[in-house]
Amino acid sequence: MNAPDLFPSPDVGPLATESNSKIMAGSTIEMLRSPALLAVEDLHVHFVQSDGVTRAVEGVSFALRPGEILALVGESGCGKSATALALMRLLSKPAGRVVKGRALFDGVDLLQLPEAEMRERRGRDIAMIFQEPMTSLNPVLSIGEQLMEPLLAHLQMTRQAAQKRVVELLKMVGLTDPQRRLEQYPHHLSGGMRQRVMIAMGLACNPKLIIADEPTTALDVTIQAQILELMRDLARRLNIAMIIITHNLGIVARYADSVNVMYAARLVEQGTADDIFGRSSHPYTIGLIDSIPRLDRPRQARLATIEGVPPDLMAPPAGCRFAGRCPHRIEKCGEDPPLAVVEPGHQAACWRADELLARTARAVQPVGVVIPPPPAADAPIRVSVRDLKRHFTVSAGRGWFGGSATVKAVDGVGFDIREGETLGLVGESGCGKSTIGRAILNLDTPTAGSILIDGQDIGDARAREVRRRTQVIFQDPFSSLNPRMTVSQIIGEPLAVYKLEPDAARIEGRVQELLGQVGLMPYMAERYPHELSGGQRQRVGIARALALKPSIIVCDEPVSALDVSIQGQIVNLLDELQQKLGLTYLFIAHDLAVVRHISHRVAVMYLGRIMELADRDTLYRNPRHPYTQLLLDAAPVPDPAIERQRRPRVAKGELPSPINQPKGCVFSTRCPMATAECSEAVPALRPVADGHYAACIKV
Amino acid sequence: MLTYLAKRLLLMIPTLLGAAALIFFMLRVVPGDVVEVKLRADGASVTQEVIDAERSRLGLDKPLPEQFATWLVGLVELDPGLSMWTGRSVVDEMSIRLPLSMQVAIMGALIATLMAVPMGTLSALYRDSPIDYLLRVFSLVGLAVPAFWFGMVMILLLLWLFNWLPPVIYTPFWVDPVANLSQLIWPALVVGIRYAAVVARMVRSSVVEVMKEDYIRTARAKGLDEKAVVIRHAMKNAMLPAITVIGLEFAFLMGGLVVTEQVFNLNGIGQLFVQAVAHRDFVLVQNIVMFIAVVFVLTNLVVDLLYAALDPRIRYR
Repeated sequence: MNAPDLFPSPDVGPLATESNSKIMAGSTIEMLRSPALLAVEDLHVHFVQSDGVTRAVEGVSFALRPGEILALVGESGCGKSATALALMRLLSKPAGRVVKGRALFDGVDLLQLPEAEMRERRGRDIAMIFQEPMTSLNPVLSIGEQLMEPLLAHLQMTRQAAQKRVVELLKMVGLTDPQRRLEQYPHHLSGGMRQRVMIAMGLACNPKLIIADEPTTALDVTIQAQILELMRDLARRLNIAMIIITHNLGIVARYADSVNVMYAARLVEQGTADDIFGRSSHPYTIGLIDSIPRLDRPRQARLATIEGVPPDLMAPPAGCRFAGRCPHRIEKCGEDPPLAVVEPGHQAACWRADELLARTARAVQPVGVVIPPPPAADAPIRVSVRDLKRHFTVSAGRGWFGGSATVKAVDGVGFDIREGETLGLVGESGCGKSTIGRAILNLDTPTAGSILIDGQDIGDARAREVRRRTQVIFQDPFSSLNPRMTVSQIIGEPLAVYKLEPDAARIEGRVQELLGQVGLMPYMAERYPHELSGGQRQRVGIARALALKPSIIVCDEPVSALDVSIQGQIVNLLDELQQKLGLTYLFIAHDLAVVRHISHRVAVMYLGRIMELADRDTLYRNPRHPYTQLLLDAAPVPDPAIERQRRPRVAKGELPSPINQPKGCVFSTRCPMATAECSEAVPALRPVADGHYAACIKV
Repeated sequence: MLTYLAKRLLLMIPTLLGAAALIFFMLRVVPGDVVEVKLRADGASVTQEVIDAERSRLGLDKPLPEQFATWLVGLVELDPGLSMWTGRSVVDEMSIRLPLSMQVAIMGALIATLMAVPMGTLSALYRDSPIDYLLRVFSLVGLAVPAFWFGMVMILLLLWLFNWLPPVIYTPFWVDPVANLSQLIWPALVVGIRYAAVVARMVRSSVVEVMKEDYIRTARAKGLDEKAVVIRHAMKNAMLPAITVIGLEFAFLMGGLVVTEQVFNLNGIGQLFVQAVAHRDFVLVQNIVMFIAVVFVLTNLVVDLLYAALDPRIRYR
């Protein structure tokens, strides 16, 4: 079984990104002729828990041909991961079980195989790449050791042969210095590098199918682009079929050949990427696509959203699962709609699919409301940050008392925010954006520089008063609310602490008022956080921030933990509150499209410095700094037609360690335009046009 | 690594100094001293002069700081003094008893580890099955039953079933291994089972946690068999917290042999300690406690070094 031609070493030349579109067109035709590699038929998965049965997957069927990239799209809990784990027979035991269905892989039903035979296929014929590269590798085994395992287990290679193959694989996935990597451990590598190792592990035995479960969700956008380009390139070159599970429609549009959209355990729409994006025929798909803020279209006044939340899969409603949230609902929706053909190769599970198809085939009509104007130029300055520096000392080096190194988390940042304005702060993880937020909240003392709130230095001001005026909305609504306090206690606590309301009854009244303001029902006051959905929890977080009537709110990634359809609701709420209450926002995020939607001005950060600062439209229309340009290129747009025409430039390399910052311009090591000059001096943030600043000597 | 070791060894000095001061002054707070116990033991009437003479012979009349300083100097010179009761050198008193106690402790630790690791792992892998319940009951009982009771039951059972009692005279292992083991295996079992109960609980919860980790799923997705998943991927990670407990318990064990040695009538450090306290033999007591403190600190160091050897994320500098 380990005949040498089973693992021919594929050529390891540079990634052929230039000819991607050509490759894709050619192989699609070839693909359609070949028989299915995997045919899933009527898959049902249940999770049996003490409090009931969750029907996680119901009647999912799809087919996949060799070399095809299929995307499984949907929001959290829709059953996409359960489908993948069921195919791998890795559902968590004993709760997860496949109750019905077949999964024919090369003509053999995976679901009926004895465990020993299934084990032989896992890692050899079917490989899986997981979401979290940080936790998916064993921390105490070396990279080489972990990569060799499938080779030793499946191909009975000798250790020398396996080691040779591993070096080859590491080269193939673009890791430098592969020989040295063998001895390294996961904690030596960055997230992107670990995900490359995971991909190498998946490729080890030349599988026919790779299932990637949210492979880039945990990664920064420039790294995400690198990883996905790599995966697509490998799939095309080695003719590997791929199932990409994701909630990111941009990725789907850029990389998938065919798309399956799942909602509440069922497939609701199925077709090619062009079918799904250009001629969507299910209201959920339409809603999902509309609710993403888009970089390729003018900003809309409000984000379109899907109201409501997905049904509970322990007790799903009868009929169409989406009916409760659907704007096109009719009486017939009380009956289960079958997944029916709307045009050749394109299926949708909606009674009105044909109508909807006819409608979406026409141009998209933008929601034509007036975009709120930016605050007047003479509005008072609320927040003023001057040459802010925050350096951390970390122990490093050797010797008796250890050497120490300085991490420049924030290094000379300055900006103003006017009343009623939203300043978006974007950048990849570790660029210092949250550190700035913490400094403004007076939760951290800067190393140097000053922060003025309403003209008053927060270093001199009474901390309590500054805290009252500056509030925060956190990223993770799951861990930022105390699980043992009710909603009313959470929102009322700051009122009691600051003695803003005289008695308990008045506090209660104010809590109710705040709940109303953020769109929660009065009865939710007595609920505990775990009884609420993610979107509702984030609304509680917003109500808590509003309780003290602040003038400035630091929003630290307030929507990045939420599903797309919920994200829109929260962004709209923040927008409304700003207009109603005249709030000033510092909006920290890594999602460029969300930032564009909500911000008046945007600052792009990289390694503790602002690279570019301009008003929203200028920055997105005419980015001057090469880093901003790369960021915008790396972000995929949910439209396959546009994506096919773009030739995304991919930022090279990894984010440098903040301990060893590059000399001169911090971006020079990854910049496509960098020359020797760039590493000589740190470029200052200088005006390149009216109100448009960039820190680059080339512009 | 070597600098780290040197740093740690140097840091032991203030720790042990603190321990020494604590032991020394706490002992002096206890009413009575060795002279009274020795001379007035049977209600005999002794003149105050005799008592004072004896006190000054033993140095008990000197100011406390001076006594403390003398002891510290003795410790550094590895000559910690003479027993106030027998008049023999403390080093001699302890060194004839140390091999026995050390052997029981090490055997107990071995028994505990050999029992606890497989037990805890099985318990975790077959969670909520009859095996798990059985093993959990075992560890609960092991924790709840006092060592002396367990020791007595063991002696009674040996007597009743085999009409045999373990020998009382200590034979060193290298002189006659069979005689040595037939004497010491029983106390080692008594301390080992309790020790195993503590460690097994730790191993169980640690394996349960590790088996939920993403990298276990990755290992399964590679197509490894369950044996490889558990032994290669889970155990190495799960042993890390278990090692801390094994080390801590070992250090406790050295101090905790008192009861077991009493029950089995073994002439070890524990029994010496009990006698020394009863006699108010300050010198002996403080040196035994000091010795246990050293064992404690050294065990901790060994645990930390072992940790670094097993977990590549930990690098000492």
